Amino acid sequence: MEEKKRSRGLLRVDVNECKGCGMCVEACPPKVISMSEKLNHYGYRTATYAGEGCTACGICFMVCPEPGAITVLRAVNHMAGAGGGLKAGVEGAMACASN
Amino acid sequence: MRKQLMKGNEAIVKSAILAGCRAYYGYPITPASEIAEAAANYLPQTGGVFLQAESEVAAINMLYGASSAGVRCMTASSGPGISLMQEGISYMAGAELPCVIADITRGGPGLGNIASEQSDYHQAVKGGGNGCYHTLVLAPHSVQEMADLTALAFELADRYRTPVMLLADGFVGQMMEPVEFPQTAAEPHVPQWAVTGMAESRGNLITSLHMGSDDLEAHVRHLEAKYKLAEQNETRAEEWFTEDAEIVLVGYGIVGRILKAVTAEARASGMNVGLLRPITLYPFPTKHFQRLAPQARVFVVVEMSTGQLVEDVRLALNGVRPVEFLSRVGGNVPSHEEVLEFVRKVARRYLPAMTLDEEQMAHV
Amino acid sequence: MSSELIAEYEVVHGKAKSFYELYARKDELQHQTHYCPGCGHGQIHKMLASAIDELGIQDRTILVSPVGCSVFAYYYFDVGNVQAAHGRAPAVATALKRSRRGSIVVAYQGDGDLSAIGSAEILHAANRGENVTVIFVNNAIYSMTGGQYAPTTLLGQKSTTTPLGRSAENEGYPLHVSELLASLEAPVYIERVGLGDNKQIAQAGRAIRRAVENQVKGLGFSLIEVLSPCPTVWKMQPVEAQHWVRDVMEKTFPLGVFRDRTKEAKAWPAHEAPPALDRIPQILGVADEDLPAGNASLMARADDVDLHVRVAGFGGQGVLLLGEVLAEAGLDAGLEVSWLPSYGPEMRSGTSNCHVRLSREPIDSPLVTVPNVLVAMNEPSLRKFDQSVRPGGWVIYNGDAFPEDCARKDVHVLALPFTRVADELGDARAANMVMLGALLEIAGALPQASIDAALKRLVKNPRWVELDERALARGRELYRESCLEACHEG
Ligand SMILES: Cc1ncc(C[n+]2csc(CCOP(=O)(O)OP(=O)(O)O)c2C)c(N)n1
Ligand code: SF4
Repeated sequence: MEEKKRSRGLLRVDVNECKGCGMCVEACPPKVISMSEKLNHYGYRTATYAGEGCTACGICFMVCPEPGAITVLRAVNHMAGAGGGLKAGVEGAMACASN
Repeated sequence: MRKQLMKGNEAIVKSAILAGCRAYYGYPITPASEIAEAAANYLPQTGGVFLQAESEVAAINMLYGASSAGVRCMTASSGPGISLMQEGISYMAGAELPCVIADITRGGPGLGNIASEQSDYHQAVKGGGNGCYHTLVLAPHSVQEMADLTALAFELADRYRTPVMLLADGFVGQMMEPVEFPQTAAEPHVPQWAVTGMAESRGNLITSLHMGSDDLEAHVRHLEAKYKLAEQNETRAEEWFTEDAEIVLVGYGIVGRILKAVTAEARASGMNVGLLRPITLYPFPTKHFQRLAPQARVFVVVEMSTGQLVEDVRLALNGVRPVEFLSRVGGNVPSHEEVLEFVRKVARRYLPAMTLDEEQMAHV
Repeated sequence: MSSELIAEYEVVHGKAKSFYELYARKDELQHQTHYCPGCGHGQIHKMLASAIDELGIQDRTILVSPVGCSVFAYYYFDVGNVQAAHGRAPAVATALKRSRRGSIVVAYQGDGDLSAIGSAEILHAANRGENVTVIFVNNAIYSMTGGQYAPTTLLGQKSTTTPLGRSAENEGYPLHVSELLASLEAPVYIERVGLGDNKQIAQAGRAIRRAVENQVKGLGFSLIEVLSPCPTVWKMQPVEAQHWVRDVMEKTFPLGVFRDRTKEAKAWPAHEAPPALDRIPQILGVADEDLPAGNASLMARADDVDLHVRVAGFGGQGVLLLGEVLAEAGLDAGLEVSWLPSYGPEMRSGTSNCHVRLSREPIDSPLVTVPNVLVAMNEPSLRKFDQSVRPGGWVIYNGDAFPEDCARKDVHVLALPFTRVADELGDARAANMVMLGALLEIAGALPQASIDAALKRLVKNPRWVELDERALARGRELYRESCLEACHEG
């Protein structure tokens, strides 16, 4: 887990799905995604979140060709009651956050 | 039930709708166009869909769509159009989609002419599309059979989940005879496998694609098993004076009618002639041939093509009895006088003991 | 990592519900699509899936997969799935939608599929304004088969079948599908979008959603053309391919909305409820209660009927109707009958003839090659069939004089100028009925009630029924008169 508490957004990459095309690296406005040095078990380098700086804009999700490779989360402001998105279940988040 | 005079082509449509058919997609061609015209008239009135497609290629693929959605559907065409449909027929056989295709045959190859021939036998019975598949093929020889076999075709199509073809020639399509229909209409039902755009069918998939070689082999074996089952259970043929027949005439469709007249006249002149008329061309009524073979001395195949049906007859008999062959093509129909003359020649050759009253023969 | 930390985030962009969790239909790698890294198909799939999610139509959606790299779209979309033949998706979609009006049908097609082999199907589906959504993925090449040129390949672009680059001279110009379809009246919404950069991609997503939403509203045909990268066949890095869409492809295929009638378009009318099942025999005209009982009781059992009639003439002389009335009357009288027309071009220009049989026994062959009655409405027809008449049979000939060289000793002849007789009755076109009257008088057997009933069933115009009745009566008279004459002469 590389996310930092203070970032507005949080990025999860499913290494089983990522094929390492690098579109997200190019698309990400704050440039917080890079390619891993390590290969996944299919032999692809995979996208890696820098761990902070994600704004939850969703552009990487949009350009990523794999349906489930990238999940973008947004910090919930409990006080302001921000809503709209799905609450990520803890287990769900843990299961996918295998980057 | 009361009878009314009706063209074979119209009887198909009425029978289809009574059998629950609610969609017709087709492209006009002589001598099948009345089917489209009747469908255009009656389907919208009975809650169905009629659409004239931009081609036979589109028409058969529309059937693919309608059948995928679980609607009993049909089309009709003739030689050149059926050729274009072969792609879709192969896909439908592969995807196990039921439908009924009426082929009101005409002359070929190519544009040929619009007169009656039976030269679509191969493309109907052997299939013109790619892959190991068959369509079930029914061959009506009267307007009543146009109606009855259409109803049967829909039943078989659903039972075997496969395209069924009605192979009729232009004569049977164009002629009028008295016909009667069931007085109740079948309720259209939605098969479980269909893709209907409703929650319960969301998991369904219609495809002919099976990527893995084992998957495809299993699928092809499954299709093969269905055809075997149809061979066991669905072969139909009419036997006409065959109990003691030494000469067995063989013909389907309009030729079957002519051979009935020949049979009557030949018997009147003392020849033991009978008729075996295949009603299912696929599956082929092999058993009927094998049953008649021991008593028969010779089989005489008459067809309006240069030798398509005769191949299946020879296969069915597997050499145990000789097969003689008479054909006319181009729209020429073998007249019963012509066939009778041929039968006499055959009789002289194969029934030497028989003394024919030549005087009598000259007058029939 | 404490779980409390993660729980403070919520998913804002994640895998659409309309995708399967695991791609169970796929052989291996069931958590990955089969597309190459950086392939536009994946992006487009995601746009379509989010549109389905957002519109809440997952249960109603039917996706038609094409043949091309996206042939396996059904591995991924958890909706109703139908895989179509190469290029035929619009035809399949047409019938799916017309069969199930509540469904949302999306045809997904590549550029080879849609603009080459399926060009007729898409053109006509669009022209009919089918209420379906088409996603048209233009990657300027045949990808699945390894990079042959497509109708959309750019001028100069190399492919395996245009090794020197596409040339206008040999392959023609790139086909502009959106522009072409926008020249039709029916389509409601056509837009070309690209996957060339972030902005374009965002717009593509919006367009696809609109195209699906139009269908949900029942507005009609929508097509979105998506310029889509194929890094593998283009032999580019994914990001390079993306930029090639923007920097090169877009020059040939400008982005934009080519048709937008969503505001004016009216929702498809609701489907009329089908009639009750028990009304269908009536609608088809086959219900017993609507059919005549006939006059079989009036037929004397002793009458032996075995008519083999050939009627021949020119088109427009009423040859077929003559035969039909005869057959219909036979049926009415409880006989077995058949009527067989000559058909085809013959019917239009020259000669026309039909075979009619009436018998007590089931009709074996409906073909009449040896008639016992020939009705020849002119000389060429007489000459054609004269020799075929059965010895002892009849020839009814329409002409002043029977041609000498046709005369046969072994057949009866009734030769009269029937057309002139009909003309005197009021219309030369009733000659066929005068001749039928003579035939009926010769044949004897049929009850008049059956003939009247047949005429009324087949001739709708009362003025004509009246004329035809007189014509039939006149025909009967003429035959009787000819008999008398023959007696006198004899
Ligand atoms: C009748 C027929 N002809 C040819 C093929 C072979 N084929 C499969 S896919 C394809 C081209 C697909 O190209 P396109 O539609 O552009 O899709 P893409 O693969 O580029 O996504 C062809 C020619 C086929 N399957 N069926
Ligand atoms: S070959 Fe091209 S179109 Fe096909 S999956 Fe790969 S990148 Fe996509």
